[in-house]
Amino acid sequence: MITWIENLGRIGLQFCEHVGSSGVFLLRTIFRRPRLVRLLPLVIEQIYYVGVLSVLIIVVSGLFIGMVLALQGYNILQRFGAVTQLGQLVALSVVRELGPVIGGLLFAGRAGSALTAEIGLMQTTEQLASMEMMAVNPLWRVIAPRFWAGVISMPVLIAIFCVVAVFGSYLVGVDWLGVDAGQFWSNMQASVDFRTDVVNGIIKGLVFGVVITWVAVYQGYYTAPTAAGISRATTKTVVYGSLAVLGLDFILTSFMLGGW
Amino acid sequence: MSDNFVEISDLHFAHNDHWVFKNINLRIQRGKITAIMGPSGAGKTTILHLISAQLRPQLGKVLVNNVDIHSLDQSELYKTRRLMGMLFQSGALFTNLSVFENIAFPLREHTKLPEDIIRDVVLMQLEMVGLRGARELMPNELSGGMARRVALARALALNPGLMMYDEPFTGQDPITMGVLVKLIKHLNDILGLTSIIVSHDVAETIGIADYVYVIADSKVIGEGTAQQIMNDKSPLINQFINGLADGPVPFRYPAKKYSEDLLL
Repeated sequence: MITWIENLGRIGLQFCEHVGSSGVFLLRTIFRRPRLVRLLPLVIEQIYYVGVLSVLIIVVSGLFIGMVLALQGYNILQRFGAVTQLGQLVALSVVRELGPVIGGLLFAGRAGSALTAEIGLMQTTEQLASMEMMAVNPLWRVIAPRFWAGVISMPVLIAIFCVVAVFGSYLVGVDWLGVDAGQFWSNMQASVDFRTDVVNGIIKGLVFGVVITWVAVYQGYYTAPTAAGISRATTKTVVYGSLAVLGLDFILTSFMLGGW
Repeated sequence: MSDNFVEISDLHFAHNDHWVFKNINLRIQRGKITAIMGPSGAGKTTILHLISAQLRPQLGKVLVNNVDIHSLDQSELYKTRRLMGMLFQSGALFTNLSVFENIAFPLREHTKLPEDIIRDVVLMQLEMVGLRGARELMPNELSGGMARRVALARALALNPGLMMYDEPFTGQDPITMGVLVKLIKHLNDILGLTSIIVSHDVAETIGIADYVYVIADSKVIGEGTAQQIMNDKSPLINQFINGLADGPVPFRYPAKKYSEDLLL
């Protein structure tokens, strides 16, 4: 029993230590004398790797999720004679929940793992140490541009996801199943509120972007310098990032429904 | 100005509850090539990390250019590091940048030189290491020896006073090894550098070193000119210099009796 409590205590302390050190790591990354002229080109370059290269998976996933949602929604709404509400159902589901959450999970899997592997490999091959030796701070030169690129890309990717998902549902609902196009769009327009739905979705995207990129760069930077270490770090990024998205989604939704 | 570029005094360093160094004292003279030698795991690379303040000692002082390097804040430390260059064992080239961009990297980070001057400086550095023609190649297109020469050119781009070489000859073929040996000696002489070579390649290192330290068992077990070390009769140095399988450093890792193991 004592050993069990000891182990629990040790795990608790280790958890607190990790949270503390990752917090310090984040602060050291983002708080610095602004040198936008240097930072901006690096951030733009990273937006390509983190954001643009994630567009394909986001578009394909968004399209199919929108199509499946329309198919399922149509079948259920048909029982109540309410197929005209399909646009509303799809738009609210996608903008409020599915867009940010699935977009976040996909982002953690594609961009998060890539970030961790890249930084981890730089750590393992002493590239970050050599940067330190050249009096260049890797937190500013390597980590900060990737972090800001992730934070900027995530809400944009979620917006793209939502637009494509709505388009996918239109293809299935209107073109295939015959829902009236006018009713599809007008019900959607009438029910989706810009402040409570769209802005809240973007806020979720921003929060998920911060958390996933933070986890990814932290795991990469503190990778054990071995092949197994990089593998463990990328796994942790995907697992921790995904769990954080799901947990934070619940917390943010409860605040948003409560009207903040 | 002191005759020594680096002075290490009463240094104690522990890692994972294990003492890597106990009371080490070293002096690295300006303008000379100093070799730090010893068996694998003796902590040779750790010394370079302590000199460059990538690691902190538990006790003792490391003076670099008369400054206690572990007492500096980050901006002062970075200023001091601009006096140093380090050739990493792996080369540590940035894999996403070409040879040219790797060498231009420190210049772009620390100077506001116009692009044509950066180009000239990079080409001069590459010419010095004989790789001007390889400037467009990516690191994965270079051989191990070429990668180290590019890394050397990069380390020298900001004209450091102190060059540290971490196992520069390890894993190189005889031709490349010969090229590197010549290059290190040549650069030290023409650029007036102070060089520290950490290595266990005895013949190559002793051939160009002005002074040699041998470390083992967490301490300095011998020091002197190359000739003095070669003539040293102490069993540990003798075993290391002549590459003897058995001696004070045992060939076998401690284990229970062979017969007991086989019976299990």
